[in-house]
Amino acid sequence: MASIALEDVSKVFAGGHAAVRDVTLEIADGELLVLVGPSGSGKSTLLRLVAGLETPTHGRILIGGRDVTAVSPQQRDLAMVFQSYALYPHKTVRENLAFGLRARGVSRPEIDTRVRRVAQTLQIEGLLDRRPAQLSGGQRQRAALGRAMVREPQAFLLDEPLSNLDPALRLDTRTELALLHRRLGATMIYVTHDQEEAMKLGERVVLLRDGAIEQVGPPLEIYRRPATLFAARFLGSPPMNVMAGAVAAARDGVEITGLGLTLPLAEAGRFASGEQVVVGIRPHDVELATTDGAQGADVAAIVEVVEAAGSELHVHLRAEARRDQRFIAVVPADLEVAVESRIGLAFRRDRLHLFAAAPAR
Amino acid sequence: MSGSVVSRWAAGTAVGLVALSAFPLVWMLLASLTPEARLFDSAALWRGPFVLDHYRALWSERAFWVPIRNSTVVAGTTTLFAVTIGGACAYGLARLRFRGRYALLAFVLAVSMFPQISLIAPLYLLLRAAGLINSYPGLVLPYLTFAMPLTIWLLVGYFRQLPAELEEAAAMDGASRLRTLIEITAPLAWPGIATTAILTFVYCWNEFLFALSFTLGPERHTVPVAIALFRGQYQVPWGQILAAAVVATVPVVLLVVLFQRRIVQGLTTGALKG
Repeated sequence: MASIALEDVSKVFAGGHAAVRDVTLEIADGELLVLVGPSGSGKSTLLRLVAGLETPTHGRILIGGRDVTAVSPQQRDLAMVFQSYALYPHKTVRENLAFGLRARGVSRPEIDTRVRRVAQTLQIEGLLDRRPAQLSGGQRQRAALGRAMVREPQAFLLDEPLSNLDPALRLDTRTELALLHRRLGATMIYVTHDQEEAMKLGERVVLLRDGAIEQVGPPLEIYRRPATLFAARFLGSPPMNVMAGAVAAARDGVEITGLGLTLPLAEAGRFASGEQVVVGIRPHDVELATTDGAQGADVAAIVEVVEAAGSELHVHLRAEARRDQRFIAVVPADLEVAVESRIGLAFRRDRLHLFAAAPAR
Repeated sequence: MSGSVVSRWAAGTAVGLVALSAFPLVWMLLASLTPEARLFDSAALWRGPFVLDHYRALWSERAFWVPIRNSTVVAGTTTLFAVTIGGACAYGLARLRFRGRYALLAFVLAVSMFPQISLIAPLYLLLRAAGLINSYPGLVLPYLTFAMPLTIWLLVGYFRQLPAELEEAAAMDGASRLRTLIEITAPLAWPGIATTAILTFVYCWNEFLFALSFTLGPERHTVPVAIALFRGQYQVPWGQILAAAVVATVPVVLLVVLFQRRIVQGLTTGALKG
């Protein structure tokens, strides 16, 4: 196992599209790092750059301290699990697993031992003589994982490995992957577009946007202290509520546009008075005042839709004073909320987030 | 309702087309079994007795196995070279990213556009200078000039539709390009390669103009040339010509029937995702 480092890596494709911009990143030996971002954010390209399947137009890539920028994928000794699994369809599972070992000149008895051991770990011993077409989605996923594990590579690169599984299986496999990572102590880079998967799996999450790093950190830290409006909106479900406003004259709060509300925010001191800003609050931090709610509430709102989500309700509302200002509140399921009713919203003061209006790029 | 009408029409059309294209073949087969004397007696064509006289004459009078051997050697060698060299070339054009590969592909196509007849004279001079007139290489080389563009074009299309991820997976597994081509790409492209090989083989097997121009004697004549030269000064031995045509058709039909099942099989298995 080895550490991986990216130094100022950029990738501009032939058409002039910059898929990755100035990414500097270190992945420690044995770390599970998650690359997350919306589609087109460059996360897959970044993974392929590490793999050697793409060549960076700028910067260096190091594996275990060795500069591999100009080294072919064959010589990098990394294993990759593809989104489509990319199992060799004309080979049995056993041959699929053995192929990489044969290519590296591992002896036949050694190959047999390693294939059997990995098959045991993944519980696919019974499937070794089948071809990929005869496997279910979950079994294929295991076979693809097995093909990577049997190699005992420097690091694992996983490109959306769970996105082709149905939701129940995805949950199981995710747990298993986390266990596997701990047991192997392997360096892993895991790419996903699913923020929930990223939150639950990663020790450290890299949020990408338009090919550049938006924020790096443990998932909870990004969730609690998103550095930008984009990070705030991308992580967490349902997404954070946002309100446009202007910094109050005394720079101790924000006057929310069109709602006649001033929220006290010490952070506003970072901005000039009158500057346009955005205040965010997570749906879990919005409280519903019981009755008709004008008293003690921050905003009077009309309930539009109520979604039951098991133990909680997702209440979609819009402000009475400004119809285009929408909110989502997550409240306990035992609360009775009638559609079209008028209700007061209270924002937890200690959970407000403040961002510049034009997100820094 | 309308669906069944459409499918009945489709079935009717299919049967009609097959009958239309099969009719000359059936006629040829029947005529080749009819004694020379009754050949132009059309009412009698569909009745027996059928005889194998024409076929016997092919071997006893004509030594027909010589042109068959020649055609097999020439078509087989051409196909082998075209598919291996053309296959490697097509793989490169389909997968490697380099400047001017579209121009190269267009150029390959342009080469195959020359009318054959315009090439006869210069090719003849070239082959004579090289001392290759009336030899197997003297046919294989010119055949490659039109077989190669055909294989390259067919196989580029075929290789392109194979998922690149499989080759990337092989690269991550540490396999060299050559090992990937042999162990991963070629087996998956097998149906395409087989189809291409059959087309090339049939094309060479039926080729007439080059074969007539670049061979001198019966020892190097290919099947179409030999058949064309059956006709004498005073008579045309139609029975023997038709029998020879039947014999010449057999390997082609065999080839297609033999490979057809594997081709269809290859096309339907090997899916990536379920």
